[in-house]
Amino acid sequence: MGKMAAPVRCVARRILRDCTRKVNVLSTNQATKSIYPANIIVCRFHSNDSEGKSTHFGYETVPEGEKAERVYKVFESVAQKYDVMNDAMSLGIHRIWKDTLLHIMNPLPGTRLLDTAGGTGDISKRFLDYTRSQHERQQRRGVRSQQTLSWQEISNDYSHNDEQGPVESTAVVCDINKEMLKVGKDKAENTGYSSGLSWVVGDAEELPFADDHFDVYTIAFGIRNVTHIEQALEEALRVLKPGGRFMCLEFSKVSNPLLSRLYDAYSFQMIPVMGEVIAGDWKSYQYLVESIRNFPDQETFKGMIEDAGFFRVQYFNLTGGVVAIHSGFKL
Amino acid sequence: MFRISTCGVLPNVLVICNGMTVGAAPFRQQHSSPLESQYDRLYPGHIPTNPIQKALLAVGSGLAALQNPYRHDMVAVLGETTGHLALVRLRDQMKNDPEGSTILRERPRIRLSTLDLAHMATLPDGSFGREYLRFLEENRVTPDSRADVKFVDNEELAYVIQRYREVHDLLHTLLGMPTNMLGEVAVKWFEAAQTGLPMCVLGATLGPLRLSSSRLQTLATSLGPWALRSGRRARCVLSIFYERRWDQSLEELREELDIEPPPLVVTATKEKAAANAETELVS
Repeated sequence: MGKMAAPVRCVARRILRDCTRKVNVLSTNQATKSIYPANIIVCRFHSNDSEGKSTHFGYETVPEGEKAERVYKVFESVAQKYDVMNDAMSLGIHRIWKDTLLHIMNPLPGTRLLDTAGGTGDISKRFLDYTRSQHERQQRRGVRSQQTLSWQEISNDYSHNDEQGPVESTAVVCDINKEMLKVGKDKAENTGYSSGLSWVVGDAEELPFADDHFDVYTIAFGIRNVTHIEQALEEALRVLKPGGRFMCLEFSKVSNPLLSRLYDAYSFQMIPVMGEVIAGDWKSYQYLVESIRNFPDQETFKGMIEDAGFFRVQYFNLTGGVVAIHSGFKL
Repeated sequence: MFRISTCGVLPNVLVICNGMTVGAAPFRQQHSSPLESQYDRLYPGHIPTNPIQKALLAVGSGLAALQNPYRHDMVAVLGETTGHLALVRLRDQMKNDPEGSTILRERPRIRLSTLDLAHMATLPDGSFGREYLRFLEENRVTPDSRADVKFVDNEELAYVIQRYREVHDLLHTLLGMPTNMLGEVAVKWFEAAQTGLPMCVLGATLGPLRLSSSRLQTLATSLGPWALRSGRRARCVLSIFYERRWDQSLEELREELDIEPPPLVVTATKEKAAANAETELVS
């Protein structure tokens, strides 16, 4: 019973919560997964005894302990060409998906964001742009009644007061892979995003942050690479403030059969080829398309998020279900 | 050697199970055990691909290589995906030759670890081994920079194309051509005439476009016809067991292979030698 800090807190939370809710318990020892009635609170403990269990790495079956290392190697090798490949594979549509995530999030200035598996920082940069433009809009509205001076001049007076204050939005980019963070940091510095961003190495299953710290938690195209998704969801719940929002942007199941066939054909024929031609790496992109197929569908994932303790869980399908945004609140 | 993997209940229309290993099945494929990865089935580094993927790879790598000729991996992929017929022909030629069939059996590899450079340095000038060493030093290249074979779906043909890549440097020595653009194009013409690999033919056609007019002149008048003539006449260069012929005199080897000595001496100057080391056009 070595690492007990996170689970003890989660147990305490469970006791305080509504006890009639069914608790789905996962124990990672040799026993099988089982569902207990809510009046027996079982503590989830994390044992290092994962050699017996196996998980999927694309279509391969690997021991659990190995998956994280192999995923690390994949992203280490693709880091340099990651953004180019994203544009090529999705034909630029991934930008629209990420913009939609921000629109649904609709953050106000002063929000604190945790961008998990943030890698090259796409979401965080969009977040900063969005909150800064929202900030300007607010100021403009605030002085609209006073039409004598231009809003710009008046806002300059205001901005001296509150720019350094708590109104500044901050984004923390957290990723387990140092290569991806390095690429993201260089990109941010080259495009002029230095204030309001921090870059932290961390594991989504064990975040290096205090409880109740963030207003919004996002994980974009990262959660399918995590070995224990439920643990990542628990951690998300832990670091969010009450009232905070969990948002996940991830590839999901296409329901339309014709679109599904086209999507499969495109994924399996074109994407590894593009990976080989553009990035010189076939295997990483073969892993990518396989890992998408292994991820649970929209409803199942919604259930997992609810089981972790989020409320008002909903999902939005984009591009016919190729991608889905799941959202939930911590109350 | 070939495997047909099971497609699921609803077969993907684009999965062609015609006897080739199908690596890109639809999502209903079962999970495989860690011992039976889809990779490295025929040889280490093998990635199974279906004909559509090969076609896409050929087009993509061709465009990438044209756009950036320093991408040797793309030239290699182009060679692998387009060279099936030529490789079969080469393999049959090797089989019909006694020395060639020895090579196919013993599978020698030309790598720094297998070459005894110290011994080769002691050989007399004019011997094949000594001239090859001189070539490596002057042009600052190493035999270890060849890409591994990935997309050839036959283990023997994979060796043939690997041998072709490794013999390329030796060909430079045999023909007396340096690794600058002109030398490379001359060697490509020889290879195109000899092997018929589409990648060589493509390189031979497009290579001259990047030459200056004076060099183009040299190519058109003397080097080019010489290379084509020798290529067509010469014995299959892949069938020679070079590793056992280091002591042989270069002239003697040329005569044996029916390669004319080069009509002029093409040299790479010292400053260019460094830059040229990167313009090595090998598949």
